[in-house]
Amino acid sequence: MDILIYGIINSFSLALMAIGFTLVYGISRLPNFAHGALYVITGFLVWSLINLLKLHYALSIPLALIIMGLVGAAIYRFVLIRVRGMATSEIIATYALGLAILEFLRWGGFKGMTYTLPVFIEGSTYIGGVPVDFQRIIVVGIGIIVVTFMWLFTHFNKIGLAFRGMAQDEHAAMMLGIDSDWMAVIAMGMGSMLAGLSAIALLPLGNIVVEAGYNVLILSIAVCIVGGLGSWVGAILAAFMIGFLQIITVAYIQSHFQMVVALLAIIITLILRPSGLFGRQKELEERV
Amino acid sequence: MDKVERRKERLDRGIKVRTEGIYAVSSWQEVAYLVLPRLVLIVGLLLLPLLIPALGFSLYWNKVISYVGIYALLALGFDFLAHFVGLVSLGGAFFIGVGAYTAALLNKSLGLSPAFTIPMATIGGALISTLLLLPALPLRGVYFAIVTLMYPLALMRIIEALNIFGGTDGILGVAGFPNRWIEQYLIILIVIFALFGLRRLVNEDIGLVFRGVKDNDQSVRASGLSITLYKAIAVFIASGLGSLGGAYLSHIYMFSGISLFALDFSVIPIAATVIGGGGTLVGPVLGCFFLVPISEWLREFGTLRIVFYSLILMAFIMFRSEGVMVYAQRKYHQFQRWVKV
Repeated sequence: MDILIYGIINSFSLALMAIGFTLVYGISRLPNFAHGALYVITGFLVWSLINLLKLHYALSIPLALIIMGLVGAAIYRFVLIRVRGMATSEIIATYALGLAILEFLRWGGFKGMTYTLPVFIEGSTYIGGVPVDFQRIIVVGIGIIVVTFMWLFTHFNKIGLAFRGMAQDEHAAMMLGIDSDWMAVIAMGMGSMLAGLSAIALLPLGNIVVEAGYNVLILSIAVCIVGGLGSWVGAILAAFMIGFLQIITVAYIQSHFQMVVALLAIIITLILRPSGLFGRQKELEERV
Repeated sequence: MDKVERRKERLDRGIKVRTEGIYAVSSWQEVAYLVLPRLVLIVGLLLLPLLIPALGFSLYWNKVISYVGIYALLALGFDFLAHFVGLVSLGGAFFIGVGAYTAALLNKSLGLSPAFTIPMATIGGALISTLLLLPALPLRGVYFAIVTLMYPLALMRIIEALNIFGGTDGILGVAGFPNRWIEQYLIILIVIFALFGLRRLVNEDIGLVFRGVKDNDQSVRASGLSITLYKAIAVFIASGLGSLGGAYLSHIYMFSGISLFALDFSVIPIAATVIGGGGTLVGPVLGCFFLVPISEWLREFGTLRIVFYSLILMAFIMFRSEGVMVYAQRKYHQFQRWVKV
């Protein structure tokens, strides 16, 4: 029962982290290696809005999300647009950006136990005899909302449909009057907002630390690769697989191996099924 | 007012064309045109350890020369893999770590001296790295980059979790070099040999196949050649260079531990390649001679130096992605003039 409940919670956390990464990659083929840095920076942003500017928690969350959206859009507009289409440069540019942000925060002294976000609702409850605090239930709730919202957005909204068009065939989409750069700006903005949202939901569970940036990046890449890049169903399924595997490892083997599980999942998936569980688009020509 | 449309035209210098054939030996000027850049580089590298005390720098900077050499080997490997074979490897630290641990284990358990452990760790480390990367070789582009980024992290966590090879403490008491002149000159000679060896290699037949793998692997396959085999050979060469650097580093530090999987080893070679000019092989080496001393100089600022060279890296990749050496070579071989359109 422990494993089931915490497995579900862990899976939803993973799905939340990964959904921003998979959105950006799925639409504009940009591997956003700065994803983890955006996650951490949101944490510090909310923290400073609350503690330095003395804003109310409920006000600082949407404010931080909007700022993150703008930051993401700016990153695309000013940095990535110049290297678009050159895979090597894209990887190096986003990786360097992420490193710069994270190491700057580390240098700025943002480390240790001092930085925490308050939980939304204090207290805990029992589900089937297992103690679960409300924040973890909220994480699951937000996870469900985000996943449903993204599904509805990409199926019933003009911009969402344009996203899917871009993901399937960029040139055809451009011929139909979809501005690919503008869509990529929006996608990057939304991706950063989603990274921020996952940070806001997950960070109250622990401290804000710089290392989380690297871990979040690895975990979201793991989820996306196992699920197949650009596939929502795959990403969610993969989040569940890795989530449960991690909890089982922690319960039966050792908590040190939690990250090893994710890394091995990536390597094994890429070897056995390079296109992931549900990857469909252009899988052969671009991966193998 | 009529506007004159004009554009820049680039032409090869006469001397470049004349020196391409055997007739290059016909005049001293042309021989000098060919030999001088190489000679300046080699003599400069060989004089460097002597110049540092002469110019009044402390002994510490002699140590930095060895670090520069190690990073230069890594950067050579990265440039070779990325621009001649098309595999972007973000895991330079993986090669360093494997080489360092192999050398340290050989030294501690078998009691071999550095003269034996370094060559053995080079070959052994290259073999281990190639075998471990073998499953990832069919991948390309982003996917290979992601997997190579994961490898050093995975290895680090596994060593931590299983508590093998000294766990988080690492292996202490590895033998050092007999004196600092050997330490510096050996690595400089290795770098020179690796540089000119690789340049020779990429112009041989096998280099042509490597470029084929990069540009159009299906056509290589259609010619009846195994892509994976050639990628494995390339990874073997690059990881050999990295492992050599790692083995060297473990003997300089007299220590081998999980700190050798650090990010620096993955980022600086990439930055050096981008700044120096990808695809030139000389560029990355010179890039290291620029970046590593700066990085050592900034050591007191802690992780701010990673920020610093990440930003340099970004700026170069956005605005000057060709790098310094490509620019310099163009100026050396070609001239520009305005022509009316």
